[in-house]
Amino acid sequence: MIHSNTETIPGKEIVQFFGVVSGSTVRAKHIGRDIMASLKNIIGGELKGYTELLQEARNDALVRMTEQAESLGANAVVNVRFSTSSIAQGAAELFAYGTAVRVE
Amino acid sequence: MDPTTEALINLGLPLLLLVATYFTGSAVERRHYRSIRAREFESRQLPAITFRTLPRRWEVVGSGLVSGSVVISVDYFKRFLAGLRQFVGGRVKSYETILDRARREAVLRLKEEAAAAGYAAVINVRLETARMANGRNGSGIAGLEVLAYGTGIKLRHGAP
Repeated sequence: MIHSNTETIPGKEIVQFFGVVSGSTVRAKHIGRDIMASLKNIIGGELKGYTELLQEARNDALVRMTEQAESLGANAVVNVRFSTSSIAQGAAELFAYGTAVRVE
Repeated sequence: MDPTTEALINLGLPLLLLVATYFTGSAVERRHYRSIRAREFESRQLPAITFRTLPRRWEVVGSGLVSGSVVISVDYFKRFLAGLRQFVGGRVKSYETILDRARREAVLRLKEEAAAAGYAAVINVRLETARMANGRNGSGIAGLEVLAYGTGIKLRHGAP
């Protein structure tokens, strides 16, 4: 499965379209990370716990999107976009979507 | 508790934090900028461009999605300064640098991921910024997340 955020897969040609595929996940940060983060909020700097949390979540969203694309018979997803929305205190939705295609 | 100790705690603690984070915050920032500049210089051979199309002479042999992200927070002192700024308006320099650092860091991580995967360039780089709330009603800033993503390109002849 090839992913790309351009309209084509560079060096390949799209032969079939399968439409929009998407994957999303809602994650909450856990209390340990929260305490560390609130300390870091005073000192400033990178909140590593949150960086990792969001990275894992985004990967999950990508995996779900990929599974959907595979079930349609696609071998690539083009024009992949990401979006993040913070839906409540300590919880965020990570969303990935794109167009499933067959390339040769 | 007698009123003087209470006043001392109520005023003294924030004041102490302000003084302490004035020094630690700027030290953290200076160190981060040093690291950003050094890594930007090191990774200058791997172009990360915002173009969607490729130069015609590039012979592409492979591609894939790459990304880099960072969650960063302002310190107590900077948040206090930004709060003061709300009265007079104008440039909030303390938030400008935090956004600049986060974006450059995210692009650097994108480049590092691309280099590790053997890509020679990254095209169609997009940057996205999200705010992580910490207040109960979605207010306040727990951190800023910047995500950089793009399409890594493998070339027949290695470097572009």
